[in-house]
Amino acid sequence: MSEVIFEVKNLQKWFPVKRSLGQLLRGQRTWVRAVDGVSFQIKKGEIFGLIGESGCGKTTTGKLIMKLMDPTGGQMLYRGQDVTHLSPEALQAYKREVQMIFQDPYASMNPRFRIREVLTEPLVIHRLGGNEQEKLALAADALTKVKLTPPSDFLDRFSHMLSGGQRQRVATARTLILSPRFIVADEPVSMVDLSTRAELLHMMKEIQQDLDLTYLYITHDLSTARYFTDRIAVMYLGRIVEMGPAGELIDHPLHPYTRALIAAVPEPVPGRVNVIKEIPIKGEIPSAAQIPAGCRFHPRCLFATDECRNLPEPELVQAEPEHLVACRRYKEL
Amino acid sequence: MEKLAIKNIKLHYFTSKGVIRALDGVSFDLRAGETLGVVGESGCGKTTLGTALLNMPTPPGRIVAGEILFDGLDILKLNEDELRKQIRWEKIAMVFQGAMNCLTPVYTIRKQMMETILTHRKMTKQEAEERIIKYLNLVGLSADVLRRYPHELSGGMKQRIVIATALFLEPQVVICDEPTTALDVVVQAQIINLLKQLKEQLKLSFIFITHDLATEAEVADRIMVMYAGKVVEIGTNEQIYGPQRAAHPYTQLLMAATPRLRQKVDQLAFIPGTPPDLLAPPAGCRFHLRCPQVMERCRQEEPPLVEVEPAHTVACWRCGHE
Repeated sequence: MSEVIFEVKNLQKWFPVKRSLGQLLRGQRTWVRAVDGVSFQIKKGEIFGLIGESGCGKTTTGKLIMKLMDPTGGQMLYRGQDVTHLSPEALQAYKREVQMIFQDPYASMNPRFRIREVLTEPLVIHRLGGNEQEKLALAADALTKVKLTPPSDFLDRFSHMLSGGQRQRVATARTLILSPRFIVADEPVSMVDLSTRAELLHMMKEIQQDLDLTYLYITHDLSTARYFTDRIAVMYLGRIVEMGPAGELIDHPLHPYTRALIAAVPEPVPGRVNVIKEIPIKGEIPSAAQIPAGCRFHPRCLFATDECRNLPEPELVQAEPEHLVACRRYKEL
Repeated sequence: MEKLAIKNIKLHYFTSKGVIRALDGVSFDLRAGETLGVVGESGCGKTTLGTALLNMPTPPGRIVAGEILFDGLDILKLNEDELRKQIRWEKIAMVFQGAMNCLTPVYTIRKQMMETILTHRKMTKQEAEERIIKYLNLVGLSADVLRRYPHELSGGMKQRIVIATALFLEPQVVICDEPTTALDVVVQAQIINLLKQLKEQLKLSFIFITHDLATEAEVADRIMVMYAGKVVEIGTNEQIYGPQRAAHPYTQLLMAATPRLRQKVDQLAFIPGTPPDLLAPPAGCRFHLRCPQVMERCRQEEPPLVEVEPAHTVACWRCGHE
């Protein structure tokens, strides 16, 4: 059993909703429970996928791990140490080891910076890398790692002179320059053209193996997750409903929500035209400000019983070794 | 029966840097009652094609050559007024990419839908509302949404409203530009089901533009693959996705780069390089710089679209040029 690099225990992030005057006077408070009790462990050297629809709390979880916001409750452990609350110095050190690749390669880079400045800025912030020459050497090295070669072709360009795929490589190089151990990648390929998407994921995988990195891969796209990740956790309305090895979870999904997600994914095969596809789910995703009582999936579930509506929320239980599910009825379905 | 016949259409953008040949001699036809899928990477001219079919190129674009025949009538010969009265949204409607985010935030849904219909039709408000409700029901919404504002609705509901708005003037051809891209996968599947039902019920012809070959497989009877302003392959769903595989190297590579959920692939293919700059497209075949099967002839001469089997045309020197 390999070492756990990151652990999250019952993590919560609630955002207050603006109150009306009446609510204010009555002392009522409502919350958007974006992340509502999430627990998982990420092992060293693995790629862990966090999957869900928009609004399920996957990006908020990523931001909490990056310490871009403080959790409402719960605990986070990085290499065995509690990182839920950190002093400014400890935070600086933490952010050197845990880095993030953002979704939008257009918005995540200063348009007035040349690539050399984009890449050396983290070194300046963290007071690393020695003098100007040495910093530049590190930047060139990082570009080589992401296969933007020769680096001298790229160092003096601005980000608008690059394609989407190249930008995302620069974004990756920027995270690598601080030699991190753990990288949070939030939809790194969703804004990149299909033809380069595979190339980017392949490069990220190579770097992961070469540098012994661990990834948290946040996405809505099950198909790339199957290709890219080792384990997957499926989130619904702020909670993990199913977690397991990528292939196993997709080939043998247990939770009704996971089944619906998988049924909905289109596939490039013939004979699907003019056939209405069955999607085993009802209605639309409710607001995270009004999470249903009981199992939070029950209003949309085709298999919900009175138990699902009335009894407390089901916890994640082990169905198979390594494969966990939060559903009362998974055995019957 | 051909609903639309597009002949050698050229749409160029006249920018300060030079002429961008966004559509450079595109020809195809759309039959009544079929869905034609248009696929390609960003910048290949898919969206430009949609605007060309309504004869409303985005400035500084201009259609410089070609014919667009709707039931035999060349719509490029009509003036603005005729176009508005006879073609746009009357016969050919378009659901633009991200249209669901363009609903006016300060108007109720009733007001925005009413405005569209009353601009085009002489109707009483009562009649207009009846027609609107009929189409809302058709797209799976209740009349209840009429008094709501866009921010009160989910993405899927807004997309349904945009589709209803495109339909209630009873067009015969509907162009959908990436109608499901910004939606979650479950909602995406629901919208695709809806489009299939509407096609049956209203006998519509669709042009479905997307970058995603997997989505296209679910909706399109025929698929047209574009690359750098040109058509590289047109084939039936079976010819493109079936076991005999697509014929053009570009289509084959796109297919191999599409991740599949239900089978584990150790390595996805990718296409090295980027699409060419349309200010100065390369000589010969436009794909030759990225093509793994390039020959000397590909660098010199541009391959024409030729029929390799019935209903299947390909523009590649390796197909049908023995």
